[in-house]
Amino acid sequence: MSISTDMPMRVAEITQVADRVKRFRLERRDGGTLPYFSGGAHVVVTMRDAGGLRRNAYSLMSAPHESSAYAISVLHVEKSRGGSQFMHEQVDLGTELTVSQPVNLFPVDQRGRRHLFLAGGIGITPFMAMLEQLERGGQDFELHYAIRGRSHGAYWRELQGKFGGRVNVYCDAEKVFIPVAKLLDDQPLGTHLYVCGPTGMIDATLTMARHAGWPQQNLHFERFLGPPAGNAFRVILQRSGMDVAVEGRQSILEAVEAAGVDAPFLCRGGACGQCATAVLGLDGALEHNDHYLSDAEKVSNSKLMICVSRFKGRALVLDL
Amino acid sequence: MRTPAIKSRPVYAGLQVNPHARRTLFALQGEGAKALFEQVERAGREFLTRSEVLFLAGNSVQHLAGLQQLAPHLVRQAPNLDSLLQRLRDDLAIAKMGTSLQVAGTEGFIGQVLQVAMDSHIDAASICTEHRGSLARRVQCVHCKQFTDGVTHSPFACSGCGLGLLVRDHYSRRLGAFQGVNVDAEAPGTAPSLEELYP
Repeated sequence: MSISTDMPMRVAEITQVADRVKRFRLERRDGGTLPYFSGGAHVVVTMRDAGGLRRNAYSLMSAPHESSAYAISVLHVEKSRGGSQFMHEQVDLGTELTVSQPVNLFPVDQRGRRHLFLAGGIGITPFMAMLEQLERGGQDFELHYAIRGRSHGAYWRELQGKFGGRVNVYCDAEKVFIPVAKLLDDQPLGTHLYVCGPTGMIDATLTMARHAGWPQQNLHFERFLGPPAGNAFRVILQRSGMDVAVEGRQSILEAVEAAGVDAPFLCRGGACGQCATAVLGLDGALEHNDHYLSDAEKVSNSKLMICVSRFKGRALVLDL
Repeated sequence: MRTPAIKSRPVYAGLQVNPHARRTLFALQGEGAKALFEQVERAGREFLTRSEVLFLAGNSVQHLAGLQQLAPHLVRQAPNLDSLLQRLRDDLAIAKMGTSLQVAGTEGFIGQVLQVAMDSHIDAASICTEHRGSLARRVQCVHCKQFTDGVTHSPFACSGCGLGLLVRDHYSRRLGAFQGVNVDAEAPGTAPSLEELYP
């Protein structure tokens, strides 16, 4: 049972903000106000087209205290599984979408003395809401934002205009990179670090921070892990009494939803643990692609995060 | 009179030097010095040149020489708890990320050091703590709010209002103290006899 928090919304504005990035302004269809949220929150957008049902998570980038509309940004991914392609090619002004209420798995730690943000590319989106929130609270922050080129980076001009010298932009094309080691060495005690961007950037930053003696409590990150593609397979849903086909480009969660079975989820990216599903029968090998289960849990073959993980073999029976 | 253990009862996992720390601050009280001696045996001496020790000797003055023999970057002996806490507050105010805080001593000492650390925006979960020495507790009277240090018996007479207080395992991290509740509020004169629980 997932909590039904869906809100009927309409696309009120589309802006091409960079080469491959569009910003969507979403308003309620009934003209009502939206819940306030906290910086770092995301919503899940439900998309329906000929390909079936698809749900993608997007960070809210509008100000958390703005309740008349939400804003999200979508990067057009070259090898898209369909979500970003749908948003870029099939969504127009006035398109009606179903959007979940906000969920925050990447909040600001309010106990911090200072907040240091490292963004790579489209990873800037959760930080835009966080910076608005911190600015309103008069809190100390600094952003370091790496972009491929001046025309790729979506929001550097807007952010520099708003927050001035606290926003530092680094451009790959100009061969200028974030001086991560130097930044880590010179922060007052009580600083929290937030990193969002490509996996390589997140991993390298976290490793450097641990080596600079930062405790894990001060390190925060968000990976936007899309469900990886793989071979097609079938799963048996014991409680529903169904046998469901999972296509190569589909996740188990998506296939189960398309079959009309309601499964719990929050992040759809292997991070939150909400969709953990008990494995009742297994003849084959599980492919764990999540960041949630411990290594011991993964080898125990007792549960599976159905939003990103897959399976190879003859039979998989799930408690759904 | 013993009360059942509850979730807020602090757990002290023990000192654990982080080899990556740029600087390690040790706040040690009395027998807590031994926790550092054991760390040196386990982890070697490498971290000592980047370490500073704040020491409140209490009845364990004999450990001061041992601490000085370790030859850390600095050993500072504090004349009393307030002066140690003030020194720590000043150190943390100018400290950088990469500084690790390690605390060992009685529960009352650990609790008050953690209060200073949390005021300095450090997440308590990133601080290593080790309980050494007496089991005596620092207790706050829930009625008059007075703190009593070094409580070894339960029930005991509150140092503020004189009520007979039952010492609970209910612990306030914000106050760094256990909670003491009047033991015979509903039927005065029926208090159980006192027992030494925290020698």
